Amino acid sequence: MGNLFSSFAKIISILLMLLYSYGLFRNLSIDYREGKKKLSGLLYKILLLLHFISYAVLYFQTGNLFYIYFYLPQLLYFLLYPLIWKKLYPFYNEVLLNNQCLFLALGWILLARLQEAKAIKQFAVAMAASLLVLVIPYIVDKIWDFQKFRYIFAGIGIVSLLLVLVLGTVNFGAKMSVSLFGFRFQASEFVKLSFVFSIAGILSEEHGKEGVIHSACVAALHGIILVLCKDLGSALLLFISYVFMLYVARNQLLYLLAGGLVSALAGIVSYGLFSHVRTRVYAFIDPWRDMAGKGYQITQSLFAIGTGGFLGLGLFQGLPNKIPIVENDFIFSALSEEMGGVVAICLILICLSCFMQMMMMGRDMESSFYKLVALGLSVIYVIQVILTIGGAIKFVPSTGVTLPFMSYGGSSLISSFIVFALFQSLFIIQGQEDEVEMEEDAESAEEQEMESEEEDA
Amino acid sequence: MRREDSEEKKSRKGKEKNPENKINKQREKQTEGRQQAKRRREEAISETKLAMIRRKQNREMLGIVYLFALIFFAMIVYFCHFILFQAEDKMASPYNARIDYLAQKTVRGEIQTADGMVIAKTVTKEDGTESREYPGGAAFAHPVGYSVKGKTGIESLGNYYLTNSGINPLQKFMNEIENRKNPGDTLVTSLDADLQKLAYSLLDGRKGSIVCMEPSSGRILAMASAPSFDPNQLQENWDSLISEENTDGNLVNRATQGLYPPGSTFKLLMALEYIREHPTDWQDFSFKCKGEYVDPSNPANVVHCYNGEVHGTVNLESAIAQSCNSAFAFIGSEIDVNRLQSLAEDFYYNKDLSIGLPSKAGQFSLTADSPTWLKMQSGIGQGETLCSPLQNLCMVSAIANHGTLIYPTILSEVKSKEGTAVHHFPKGEEITLMSSSESDALKQFMRSVVTEGTASALKTKAYQVCGKTGSAQVKEGGKLKTNAWFVGFAPMDNPKLAVSVLVEDGDTGGKTAAPLARELFDLYLK
Repeated sequence: MGNLFSSFAKIISILLMLLYSYGLFRNLSIDYREGKKKLSGLLYKILLLLHFISYAVLYFQTGNLFYIYFYLPQLLYFLLYPLIWKKLYPFYNEVLLNNQCLFLALGWILLARLQEAKAIKQFAVAMAASLLVLVIPYIVDKIWDFQKFRYIFAGIGIVSLLLVLVLGTVNFGAKMSVSLFGFRFQASEFVKLSFVFSIAGILSEEHGKEGVIHSACVAALHGIILVLCKDLGSALLLFISYVFMLYVARNQLLYLLAGGLVSALAGIVSYGLFSHVRTRVYAFIDPWRDMAGKGYQITQSLFAIGTGGFLGLGLFQGLPNKIPIVENDFIFSALSEEMGGVVAICLILICLSCFMQMMMMGRDMESSFYKLVALGLSVIYVIQVILTIGGAIKFVPSTGVTLPFMSYGGSSLISSFIVFALFQSLFIIQGQEDEVEMEEDAESAEEQEMESEEEDA
Repeated sequence: MRREDSEEKKSRKGKEKNPENKINKQREKQTEGRQQAKRRREEAISETKLAMIRRKQNREMLGIVYLFALIFFAMIVYFCHFILFQAEDKMASPYNARIDYLAQKTVRGEIQTADGMVIAKTVTKEDGTESREYPGGAAFAHPVGYSVKGKTGIESLGNYYLTNSGINPLQKFMNEIENRKNPGDTLVTSLDADLQKLAYSLLDGRKGSIVCMEPSSGRILAMASAPSFDPNQLQENWDSLISEENTDGNLVNRATQGLYPPGSTFKLLMALEYIREHPTDWQDFSFKCKGEYVDPSNPANVVHCYNGEVHGTVNLESAIAQSCNSAFAFIGSEIDVNRLQSLAEDFYYNKDLSIGLPSKAGQFSLTADSPTWLKMQSGIGQGETLCSPLQNLCMVSAIANHGTLIYPTILSEVKSKEGTAVHHFPKGEEITLMSSSESDALKQFMRSVVTEGTASALKTKAYQVCGKTGSAQVKEGGKLKTNAWFVGFAPMDNPKLAVSVLVEDGDTGGKTAAPLARELFDLYLK
């Protein structure tokens, strides 16, 4: 009977995810404030149901009370957190927060299934991050003029990366993290943010060639240090987002094409220089030829996805733990294996919808600086998703970047929280401005009426 | 709009609410109005400029959104394509631990011959325990393999299909409710039951291998290896089968894993190379055989024809028909070895010829720098050259099929327990190994072997056989043994069956191996 319930739950989960994705895309065009309230209510209920069913399955499959104990605080979080946002910032973007909660829920479900200890740690960090980012909209509102600090941001980024280069520990062929006070701290996750702010500041404040040259220097410095750390994934992310920011800031298609050319060249050069790049490319081209060696990770990931098929094997019915580092880069494969390919596709679509929402918020910002910030952060987000999911399905060579909110990793989680909170800030501030405009329009309409009454009098 | 700060807001609101200022306000408002209009016109100009830039940026951002949406859709399409089309073949790999894990939920499927004989099945006893039975017994043991002490043979190759259940999903659902296992799919091989049984019985009491295939499709019709073992008693006999004292190699599939000097069967490749090196005048090849060939540069190097037989003047065709060692030792010493090596490697020497069963690659190590003695020996298929029976079969199969080898396959299709089609294995790859005029020439040579040469045992009015015998000498334990070969196909026009017979420690190919081939052709072609 346990298996029956599991199969039943699997079908329900697939339907819920389909409904969620459909809801998101159907309402993408609906005017902001009105439609979003209704939509987010529906999405929210779907999320809670999905979360509940999955944990029920986890419990019934193992009989382990841990899953009940772990479920309750999560439920509390999902019920309370949106209310806190609503109280503090009534103009927040409910749909964006829903998506964030969905990612968190799926992440916790999978991590709880894979490794209980890591799931707990991830949850704790998420709690801390959730509280921390509540102040971000306030800070953004208060300071507003971040362009002033553009070189400070650049400086912070470069110094942090230098610290990693000098003090960092080597993981999987690259220096990516520094151990501080017992915590492993992946600097590149945070440097992503300072980098975007810095470049956006430079390009919006300094017009013409001057801006291009200064921003190019900053980008190059970041890039070189990252390459020296052999963290090529992050270098790629920063470089591509710089190219797109340059393209939009200066309205020149040339930059985009030149950027593409340079990244192709960089790819070839890095292939020649770095052995672990060569390994990844071999593994990408034909992993089946060396299933025990270079191709091991990617073939295990493909086995998981392929055996799971579209409907999945069901939670605790597969062997996701056979994939090396499954909790990090390959959590998508675990999702696809047990919850099904359909759920995985829905996840991809939900990430796409997040990206579209982020870009829409960028479009609505009138300040050039914030437009670029929105653009930069969106591009980094979307490329990260493409690299991590694509790497797991052999669409692109694997690059060791994480899936935001779902992959296990404190720094990645915190930085994702910050990014989403920044977008909330933009949305909230825009909402407040719109309201002020509406009030002013209403007031001046009143005034004109009063005046015409007086004139008549 | 530029954001007002809170102070401006307060003062503006304060002014508007005071009623006594109304008249002054009106006058102020009029001048203000005119000034405002002017300001607005100025702002409008710079605003339109800004607005234009903003609109351009928004358009670019929209473009970027489309770009990434496109990439996402490509990724989703790739994902679906993988699951729908690629997954099946790849999932069958032994590196996929999930298969055995999932296998616990199904009753392992049957393996059948092409004509429906069941050669492996799982029987569930009353107490629920399952056991695997092999009705084909020792005759089918090597191709079928086993699945208890590790997995080999088709049991391993087809593991994924045997543990999958392709029955009606509704039925699967019912089974799940009633906690019954789903029945695994049936794997149909290309083996011909009667041919396989005959092949094995022909090897009775001897060591060797018989492999048969259909040249036009690459389907393996029989694969027998002796000595064999009883797969139904594998657990019981395991220790004695693998013990060091057992030198019979029962568990070795000699068809794919046995390496033997090809002997005179290699002369076919020597002839082919000669034709390629003398494209216009190979028909004029003429050699005076005196029963032995002496290396002009070193009289110590001598190769004798079998029993010292003198063949007189031979051309290429009669040299093959009579299997004249002298002629081919001569050719061996004169041929371009680099080209010969590359030809040999086309025919899977030094290369993997795997059909999913454990196999060993043939060996051709002759180089241009090798001593003349070795070249002479290699010319008659001795020296250091080694090949497997399957490899030799592929050689004649290519000749039979106008020069194109259809890569051998042993799996035909997969059906669910209910009989619905689940998967069809595609025909093997087509590999052109020689031109059809070259294959015609070789066919003609091989026909002469039967009509005028060493394989007279295969002369019959019922059908026309083309073949080549071989008697390869091996030194084993200080004694000289002869491995008897016969490779060939029939009928000559439109060949239906190609065979490769190897008997260890026999007489000549013509005396030991050819008669066995005769029985195979008699059965299959009648």
